[in-house]
Amino acid sequence: MLWSLFLTFFKIGLISFGGGYAMIPIIQHEVSSHHWLSDKSFADAVALAGMAPGPIATNTATLIGYKTAGVPGAAISTLGMVLPSLLLMILITAYFYKVSRTKWVKSSFYGLRPIVTGLIIYAAIHFGFSGMGMGSVTWKTLLSLLITCGVVIGVMKYKLHPMAALLLSGLVGVVFFQ
Amino acid sequence: MAKAQVKQLWEIFWTFLKIGPATFGGGYAMIPVIEKEVVGARQWVTPNEMTDVLSIAGSAPGGIGVNASAFIGYKIAGIPGAAAAVFGITLPTFMIAFILSLIFVQIEHNPKIAAALEGIHAAIVGLIIIAAFKMGKSAVFDKTTLILMIGAVVVLLTTGIHPLIVILFGLFIGIVCVSAKEKLGLQVKLEKEEASSAFVYPDYFIADGI
Repeated sequence: MLWSLFLTFFKIGLISFGGGYAMIPIIQHEVSSHHWLSDKSFADAVALAGMAPGPIATNTATLIGYKTAGVPGAAISTLGMVLPSLLLMILITAYFYKVSRTKWVKSSFYGLRPIVTGLIIYAAIHFGFSGMGMGSVTWKTLLSLLITCGVVIGVMKYKLHPMAALLLSGLVGVVFFQ
Repeated sequence: MAKAQVKQLWEIFWTFLKIGPATFGGGYAMIPVIEKEVVGARQWVTPNEMTDVLSIAGSAPGGIGVNASAFIGYKIAGIPGAAAAVFGITLPTFMIAFILSLIFVQIEHNPKIAAALEGIHAAIVGLIIIAAFKMGKSAVFDKTTLILMIGAVVVLLTTGIHPLIVILFGLFIGIVCVSAKEKLGLQVKLEKEEASSAFVYPDYFIADGI
């Protein structure tokens, strides 16, 4: 169990381009294929991870590790997620410092960036529907949609701090979702 | 290990340890805080090096804060230095996430908490949309990149393919596209042109660029 947690998050850490959000569907894919958590628990873990400082993907790894294998699980999952960063940065600093400006790397990123953007869009759609009742549109779905739109407008237009947006949405949830 | 070396590693660890919680609540801008500590206060790296550090740390996989720490730690004290820096920057956020898990397991079935999490869930969808929008602004600037983005979404939604494979594919498709365009004699622009004289701080929380 610990070994498979480590291996899974190491693999994810190795390809986690584009910040944590792109990683959410990948983590979800792994979590459900290993039957570690239900979709509902996963959605809760990500929501909680968003409340903590630090990269959301690493926080999610810590939470999933803890829920599946206790304290050692939390530690090993976090280690798995961070270790690739450490190894890759050492390699880059030691050997590939100049490689990063070559045309090959630039061409690769030319294609990778829009693909990762697509992955983040997919993450929004996929994560948006997970944990919600599929198919039926209830007032809850509508309110969730309102919160989502409110956060987008609040953060982008009115420079609301993301943390404040999360706390406000939590309050709105307590008031209306019970 | 020499005593001086241990002292230096401890200093690296301690410096990065302090950066983690310093950004808690007061914004997720970890980078300016790192910069202030290592360029300003300690003068471990020069401002020019810092610009390099940030551009590499931002494009390598993983969080930019962790990557920048590894890079700086390595520059000061080699592999042990990199490990000390990463350990230092990760420990506080790990502890906070860990404490959150402990609390969460206790109160998971409380209806108020469940309701709050539903609200936060919707808010995170909003934050993901913002991340997509910000990244799209720098990533999508011609027909090829637009097609790649739409293609990725369509494939992911319709095929149930492992998203990991999509990223691996993404690492190569750019090289294929660029060489195909060159064979056709088309002009290729690899990055969106911007007044890139100064490094623009990517929002650490809402990932901007890769």
